[in-house]
Amino acid sequence: MTEGGRWIGAPVPRKEDEALLTGRARFIDDMEPVPGIRHAALLRSPHAHAEILSIDVSKAASHLGVYGVLTGADIAAATRPIPSAVRVPIDYYPMAVGKVRYAGEPVALVAAGDRYVAEDALDLIEVEYRPLPPVIDVKAATRDDSPLLHEAVGSNVVHHRTFRYGDPDKAFEEADRVVRLDWTFPRYSSTPMETYGAVAQFEPAPDRYTIWSNFQGPFILHALMCGALEVPGNRLRLITAPQSGGSFGIKQGIFPYLVLLATASRLLGMPLKWIEDRLEHLVASSSASNREDAVEAAFKDDGTLIGLRFFNTVDVGAYIRAPEPASVYRMHSASNGAYGVGNISVDNRLVTTNRLPIGLNRGYGGPQFFFALERAMEAGARALGLDVAEIRRHNFIPKDAFPYRAPAGSLYDAGDYEAGLDKALDLADYAALCAGRDRARKEGRLFGIGMATAVEPSGSNMAYVTLAQTPEERARAGGRSGGLATCTISIDPSGAVTVKTVSTPAGQGHATVAAQIVADALGLTPDDIDVMTEVDTLTSAWSLASGNYANRFSSVVIGAIGEAARRVADKVRAVAAEDLEVAVQDIELADGTARIVGVPERSLPFRRVAARTHWHPAGLPDGMAPGVFETAIVSPPELGPPDDRDRVASAVTFGFICDLAAVEIDPGTGKVEVRKYVSVHDVGNVLNPLIVEGQIVGGFAHGVGGALLEEMVYDADGNPISGTLTDYLCVTASEMPRLTIGHVDTPSPHTALGSKGMGDGCSMLAPVAIANAVADALGREDIDPPFTLNRVWDLAAEGGGAG
Amino acid sequence: MLRIEPGARHRVTVTVNGRLYSGFAEARTLLSDFLRHELKLFGTHVGCEHGVCGACTVNIDGRAVRSCLLFAVQADGAEIGTVEGLATDGVLSPLQEAFRRRHALQCGFCTPGILISATQFLETNPDPTEDEVREMLSGHICRCTGYEGIVRAILDVAGDAS
Repeated sequence: MTEGGRWIGAPVPRKEDEALLTGRARFIDDMEPVPGIRHAALLRSPHAHAEILSIDVSKAASHLGVYGVLTGADIAAATRPIPSAVRVPIDYYPMAVGKVRYAGEPVALVAAGDRYVAEDALDLIEVEYRPLPPVIDVKAATRDDSPLLHEAVGSNVVHHRTFRYGDPDKAFEEADRVVRLDWTFPRYSSTPMETYGAVAQFEPAPDRYTIWSNFQGPFILHALMCGALEVPGNRLRLITAPQSGGSFGIKQGIFPYLVLLATASRLLGMPLKWIEDRLEHLVASSSASNREDAVEAAFKDDGTLIGLRFFNTVDVGAYIRAPEPASVYRMHSASNGAYGVGNISVDNRLVTTNRLPIGLNRGYGGPQFFFALERAMEAGARALGLDVAEIRRHNFIPKDAFPYRAPAGSLYDAGDYEAGLDKALDLADYAALCAGRDRARKEGRLFGIGMATAVEPSGSNMAYVTLAQTPEERARAGGRSGGLATCTISIDPSGAVTVKTVSTPAGQGHATVAAQIVADALGLTPDDIDVMTEVDTLTSAWSLASGNYANRFSSVVIGAIGEAARRVADKVRAVAAEDLEVAVQDIELADGTARIVGVPERSLPFRRVAARTHWHPAGLPDGMAPGVFETAIVSPPELGPPDDRDRVASAVTFGFICDLAAVEIDPGTGKVEVRKYVSVHDVGNVLNPLIVEGQIVGGFAHGVGGALLEEMVYDADGNPISGTLTDYLCVTASEMPRLTIGHVDTPSPHTALGSKGMGDGCSMLAPVAIANAVADALGREDIDPPFTLNRVWDLAAEGGGAG
Repeated sequence: MLRIEPGARHRVTVTVNGRLYSGFAEARTLLSDFLRHELKLFGTHVGCEHGVCGACTVNIDGRAVRSCLLFAVQADGAEIGTVEGLATDGVLSPLQEAFRRRHALQCGFCTPGILISATQFLETNPDPTEDEVREMLSGHICRCTGYEGIVRAILDVAGDAS
């Protein structure tokens, strides 16, 4: 099938697909893992901000078919609040206690024989609220006279830190030109097609919880959940469903519900199932943060970027929910982007408002960060009269500078950014595109070109979130570093190979790529190898970083798979060497056999050699343990702790992306038509081109949605008004612009196979690339996404126009 | 007209993928819930329960229909086709095969509904243009693929058939 028997790099169709295509794949709502399951429904707050005066559950509790009703007071009495890295007096429980802080916050839980009856009973719960003034305007929330969400904090600003790298003040003094942009970034979410779902079971003596769900962890959140439930880790067993119907980060936000359901199962004495509906998902699951930010960029006349200042005001929603404030720190140590600028300051303020709490979402902090940096580059180019491509080329980190230590601590592994830019310009036919723009403008049309470049951090350092703490606080808390990945490969007595990756994919094809890697190591085919990607914290090898996020599969997890496969291969080769009476180094694994190098007719079937480790331990080489069961645990050595100057290597690999967008605006309708979109990626060595392309196109769809359509809208009273998919507009096949993809691959020296993480991709850049094109078309820099019909029509009617 | 009291359970008999099934439904039971939780045919997925995402699409008497917008009792006596019935004797249909070849699915949650719609679409329009395919697909939301592979897969099959 592949040249030289190598599966890595080949477009291997996915192992996952047949079950998914025939309706046999099993998702959480298809599972009935224990008998006697009752169904939970949640009463949610209709108010953005209100005091709960009383809750009367008596009618609901006596409704036919209802097994129990619980309120926030019941949950708070049985659990501890869930903490975050920001040490402020906020008691976050998975259900409102005393006060509701966002519309949609859970207020009561009903358990019933089926979901229909449970929802009937919700209507019978009587809650008396005293509405409080809602806090929705982010800037107003920061003022001293604002109503407070959390009185004990004394402010809605729950976190404020400033950082300086190099000498930004001097750079701004020496600048020939400074550009400043103030901008608003909308709140949106990747809205996976499968909503949250879980089954929770409590068993006493000793107390233990088992939860089946479509969580994407366990992650560090397992430890936080154990704290809330007051059990040691071995008494909280998290099991993920075999398949997850999309996540894009959003499904980390299920964890408070897991605490809630576990507690309810204990209090009510029955296993409980809860499947979130779409309305619940759109108003109360999780989303990316909306921002009220500003950026300043200092340039020399020749276009050299000498300083950056970021002023970030992040709306975290009603509570600061772990792993937040990670979204504002994920990009932090790469605040220079793809450029060689050394003088940077960052001012981060996190603000609570009466919106739903934020969390992971595709690109996690990237769309917002690159919006600032890449809008500033483009505005700088226009202010200086330079070409938007050439100003970037002028500032790129040169290809001979890798590995490159960024001012805020990231270690960029490999790259050739100029080659990526050239590829993008070539694919876009940039000169012709610019000429076309000039012609269009002569005809009075609104045509614009925008670019954006990014580094794509992948394989997170678990310590980066502790940048939210001062160096002194970090020292007191003890050291943090690393990003562990695990893999177990076993061979059973029949000689069959099973791989456990604990990587909880939601459509990224981990099983296929893992099988490719192991097939190459063992001389088998991917079809010979079964792969389990789900987690069971009781029976799997896992650690703090286990789960699926920050593109960690092709940056870190592959290292664990490769190491476990190497150990298995060494063992099988050693057994075969003894049988064939040659040295171990003379044995190769190929074509389903263990054979002598150069003498392929002297071979043994792989399965027979492997099975013998079980059937005949006494016949194994001296000192060899019987059986094959190898677990590799790796943590990239690059991921050290933050230093006392707040520098940290936040990720293992830094891919590169260069996007170019050309848009035309119809001033009559406000429609932004994407005429051309080119995206060039450096993902290092490609493990499976089918999957890489699928991730790029999928990320592009999310970025286009964020740029043009998607927004979780709240009215001034804090009512969410995008609670259905007719109000929250996802991109459909008709709206998808044509995407041209290019690759420039510089292998990563920091990963086992030279691959880099990828997957966030264009979700980080399409919003800013399209914004830059819209700014170019309209001839103005004061524009904010999403570029919906109404908004763009207004802008066009105000008479911008790039004359 | 059939009248079912609130809370009363009514026997519903349907043919699904050529096999006769019968089960009980209340008047308000959605067809999607009946298929999944009464008949235990979990291949049909529910994404929004308000008729927008298309994940729950099944074929009823020859037409692609959202099973979350129909009550089970309305389908009594109907011939229903679901994703479980698309392969024949374990052999994928040409469209299923094209989906795999073109990487037209990632998480696969929306895929059953899209396969049902596209199968019925190609029966009535065997040689569609790309715009027609995209127009048909716009009745479905997929958050993983950006639709590119899906469009290619459907056009592959259309091209082979014509």
